[in-house]
Amino acid sequence: MLKIENLHAEIDGKQILNGLTLSVGAGEVHAIMGPNGAGKSTLGYVLGGRPGYEVTQGSVSFEGQDLLDMAANERAAAGLFLGFQYPVEIPGVSNVQFLRTALNSQRRARGEAEISAGDFLRLSKAEGEALGMSMDMLKRNVNVGFSGGEKKRNEMVQMGVIDPKLAVLDETDSGLDIDALRVVGDGINRIMRQPHKAVLLITHYQRLLDIVAPDFVHVLADGRIVRSGGPELALQLEREGYGAIAA
Amino acid sequence: MTDIRNREAQEAADRASTYEWGFSSDIEQDFAPKGLNEDTVRFISAKKNEPEWMLEWRLKAYRAWLTMEEVSWAKLDIPAIDFQDAYYYAEPRAKPKLGSLDEVDPEILRVYEKLGIPIEEQKVLAGVEGARRVAVDAVFDSVSVATTFRKELEAAGVIFRSISEAIREYPDLVRQYLGSVVPQRDNYFACLNSAVFSDGTFVYIPEGVRCPMELSTYFRINAENTGQFERTLIVADKGSYVSYLEGCTAPMRDENQLHAAVVELVALDDAEIKYSTVQNWYPGDAEGKGGIYNFVTKRAICAGARSKVSWTQVETGSAITWKYPSCILKGEGSVGEFYSVAVTNNRQQADTGTKMIHIGKNSRSTIVSKGISAGKSNNTYRGLVRVNAGAENVRNFTQCDSLLLGDQCGAHTVPYIEVKNPSAQIEHEATTSKISDDQMFYAQQRGLNAEDAVALIVNGFAKEVLQQLPMEFAVEAQKLLGISLEGSVG
Repeated sequence: MLKIENLHAEIDGKQILNGLTLSVGAGEVHAIMGPNGAGKSTLGYVLGGRPGYEVTQGSVSFEGQDLLDMAANERAAAGLFLGFQYPVEIPGVSNVQFLRTALNSQRRARGEAEISAGDFLRLSKAEGEALGMSMDMLKRNVNVGFSGGEKKRNEMVQMGVIDPKLAVLDETDSGLDIDALRVVGDGINRIMRQPHKAVLLITHYQRLLDIVAPDFVHVLADGRIVRSGGPELALQLEREGYGAIAA
Repeated sequence: MTDIRNREAQEAADRASTYEWGFSSDIEQDFAPKGLNEDTVRFISAKKNEPEWMLEWRLKAYRAWLTMEEVSWAKLDIPAIDFQDAYYYAEPRAKPKLGSLDEVDPEILRVYEKLGIPIEEQKVLAGVEGARRVAVDAVFDSVSVATTFRKELEAAGVIFRSISEAIREYPDLVRQYLGSVVPQRDNYFACLNSAVFSDGTFVYIPEGVRCPMELSTYFRINAENTGQFERTLIVADKGSYVSYLEGCTAPMRDENQLHAAVVELVALDDAEIKYSTVQNWYPGDAEGKGGIYNFVTKRAICAGARSKVSWTQVETGSAITWKYPSCILKGEGSVGEFYSVAVTNNRQQADTGTKMIHIGKNSRSTIVSKGISAGKSNNTYRGLVRVNAGAENVRNFTQCDSLLLGDQCGAHTVPYIEVKNPSAQIEHEATTSKISDDQMFYAQQRGLNAEDAVALIVNGFAKEVLQQLPMEFAVEAQKLLGISLEGSVG
């Protein structure tokens, strides 16, 4: 589904990704772990198509398409969802308005009919309930006045409504208490643990991986994958730290 | 001759939708001779079949105008205007009648849409059954060509006329109030308007009447080099209510066109006037060539106790905007409100705001101004809150927010506060922000293209003001904000 080859990327002339190679197949959950500054968030932004992140070498294909050749919104319409570490506030725009605009933009880009107001309301209400977000909260402005945990749950509501093929989740577990972690983890499993979907889970901690069990674990350091393995690698990291493994 | 002309105009009103509202409509014009002198003023007055007092009123204004000078205090770069190189009167001729409204050209409907005419009013103009009732008085260039729903309004006692008709049919009312809020000599452009105004709208709501529908007027500027001088006078008698919508559009021209309108509102005891404007006149091209000069004087007097006037404006067009819809809060406990969104892009310049003059005790005012600047434009909020010595317990709240797109535009806030009574409570809040890269990427990652993302964020920024608009206007205004900012993001 996703094929990253020898990816080099820089921001403001500073090299961050340094020959990253990674392949993600349908039905798989990959965890990306690594110390601060290793390039984890940069990987998310480069995949998402954030302006300012310049790819200097390498390639990324997503379902056979050249991902790097597509604008951010085109990547979204193709089925790529980026869960933000710090979800952004948009004053004056309600969550439902934002989400419906986003969903319909994607649908139009794919040549599909727009979702009706009624269907959208049912869908967003159901996703909201599954993630402990009331309709009242969804009618509030995008992430404005939301706690850290609410923002992350809101990301999951968006993911549920948008229903992407590939979710790149950047520290979706940060800022969550134990109960919220369970809700979010269950959400990821429910929405994304499907044969035709895949997840790239960027995280520091084992605790999310206890709920969303990864098929593969990769250690990212200095802008490249330095080690890959199964779920046991994450447990080893937890015990021994990055220093021992990345060295 | 005049009768024939009136009949033609009436026939035109019956089938307004058959006019070509395209961007260079080819309609024969009856021009006043080019240039401005007393004969021009007499020509206009004669063309309108006006009574002698009206001609005298115009001439007095013209003579006063000769002694006045253009304003220079605004933060605007106004090219010199040659007032002799313009036509001051143009009248469209009725076209041959079509068989039925089924023959409405889809192209015309497309142009309505392009002009930003609300869907519901497109239906009204096109004669669609069951369209929501909004009375439309379309001012096509200078002559009012379409007045609908007149009968229902008359049954309620509401007078909704072109100002020319009102001068002939209700001379006493017009004479009593015309120039009572904006005196002839108020400013250079208001004085010019008083001399040469060609048409406009008159509304009178009788005592205790709630106007049964929203009143709506569309102004179009169509003739090349024709200055447009609209005159609007709305009088709400005791305990009455009216909501008035003004929409403005103009086709693309290379020459700069002058628009100097005057709007006067009078609210008597317990009366309320809600005046909403969406203005999307041609702003000129990306290099600042062409575009409308919009020098408008809008003022209301809350003459009666507990009267209320609410101005809401969405200004996206014009090369230069100079406009301060104001309230003189004379009545005890009267209320003035000003809600504004002003968008400037490319080389547009806007200097806009309001004046709240508190004279009456316990009078209150609210000002919410949202300025959005993009390209190389300049956007200035200029507002005055004045509390006179005798005005006890006045309250004012002012909020001025500026949003910048890019790094070559300017936003300026110039509040003037003059308080002569210590019991007054005046609050002023101001913010300046930019659309952040984070917001843009967030929206784009969720599927919005760059322009839709800007439109969404800008509409959120302007929400408090857009909420004040009547529903059908609000939807159009939202689209307009997006259209106005097209090309402002890479």
